[in-house]
Amino acid sequence: MSFDVPADRRYLESHEWTTTDGTVRIGITDFAQDELGDVVFVELPAEGDEVTKDGEFGVVESIKAVSDLVSPVSGTVVGVNEDLFDAPELVNQDPYGDGWMIEVEPSSEGEFDDLLTADEYREQIE
Amino acid sequence: MGLRKPPLREMHAERDASFTEFGGWEMPVEFDSIRTEHAAVRESAGIFDVSHMGEIQVAGPDATALMGRLTTNDVSELEPGDTQYACITDESGVILDDTMVFRLPDREGQPHYLFIPNAGHDAEMYERWVSHRDEWGLDATVDDTTEEWAMLALQGPEAPDLAAEASDGLTTDIDRFEATFCEVAGVRSFTSRTGYTGEDGFEFLVPWDEAETVWSAFDCQPCGLGARDTLRLEMGFLLSGEDFHPEDEPRNPYEAGVGWTVDLDTEFVGRDALEAVEREGVDERFRGVVLQQRGVPRHGYEVVDADGDHLGHLTSGTMSPTLNEPIGLGYLSTEQAPPGTRVRVVVRGEPKQANVVTPPFINR
Repeated sequence: MSFDVPADRRYLESHEWTTTDGTVRIGITDFAQDELGDVVFVELPAEGDEVTKDGEFGVVESIKAVSDLVSPVSGTVVGVNEDLFDAPELVNQDPYGDGWMIEVEPSSEGEFDDLLTADEYREQIE
Repeated sequence: MGLRKPPLREMHAERDASFTEFGGWEMPVEFDSIRTEHAAVRESAGIFDVSHMGEIQVAGPDATALMGRLTTNDVSELEPGDTQYACITDESGVILDDTMVFRLPDREGQPHYLFIPNAGHDAEMYERWVSHRDEWGLDATVDDTTEEWAMLALQGPEAPDLAAEASDGLTTDIDRFEATFCEVAGVRSFTSRTGYTGEDGFEFLVPWDEAETVWSAFDCQPCGLGARDTLRLEMGFLLSGEDFHPEDEPRNPYEAGVGWTVDLDTEFVGRDALEAVEREGVDERFRGVVLQQRGVPRHGYEVVDADGDHLGHLTSGTMSPTLNEPIGLGYLSTEQAPPGTRVRVVVRGEPKQANVVTPPFINR
């Protein structure tokens, strides 16, 4: 099976993605949503909360499993995808689009350098 | 030791199933999605490969005595073709396993039984039967045929029609909780009208190398253990190893809500202990909870009252695909948390409101 891995983002080994310009968006990858199966619950931080690179920022649960969400960057949460509270299945349907999870104002730009590129992440999941 | 594999392992892989380890077996957990598979069984039909379940046959002049002394129910009630749910308990009444007992047609004029231990329990149960037979000097043969027979379960409202079509109507001659030998898709099958999903359906025990013929005869949704778990959870059925376990979650049948499988008028291992339990009552009972706030109940979560005082814990839980509500099963204080009580389920440190209910969660 081949999974979608957009080239314009960076990735964590734990299957989160982030955009890299200005205020960044964070979510989980196509591979991750497929592994989890039907997503039924998402717990996310509130706007104004701080997140830390490699720190947990929430939880995603499918019918069969619970998984922590790890932040690819440090910064302040400036947006939360509240649509996921009523429609967690958006994570399965559109993990890189409507299934995004939080928006963060990064506190340090250098943190992007050690994230995986799309090619490196694809290698990890194939 | 490597994982044991069901006979259809490669066929499931070609169908892109994902796999999980369960009871020492590598089994398909999901073919499409748990929601899709679950809905198919509730609304039309689905087929499961449950070849990881054990099969042990007991026959001979003392077969009834041996079965009766090692299971909690009254096996002497069974006529050939009848089935019975029972527990297997130790001397202290703790459930070692739960099982379905089938009485097969007599063999050489002597009673013949088949019972189905849970995945990974077949060797232990075989040993238990053989050692007690020898200790008690009973005349019975005991055979572990787990890797000779595959087991397929066809479940759902359309299962009777599908099964009748594949068996020239033979399968619908049997009633719920009955079993018979008949031909299914041209294969001789020991067919029972039982299951573990709450739906009408059939379980086919067929020779290992003919499993594919029977599986392929049914044009319906293939289902994995993921959907099997959500289906049984909605019905409040026990899952061995999760809702009871001799070391991690030692429970007697009264605590586990299956006291009806215990016949104290029969003599079996654990009887005296269970008679005392029946007389004195139990401190905790197997109950259901429905969360009233966002979250998903899971195995191991604590249940507390409004003051945070301990009331029990959960042993299973999920988001119910049928109800779209978070449901859980577990052991709660008999006195302090009867059905109707408002409790809190502690989800990652946060107490969430929930109601105690008597399973099943759905009517079937």
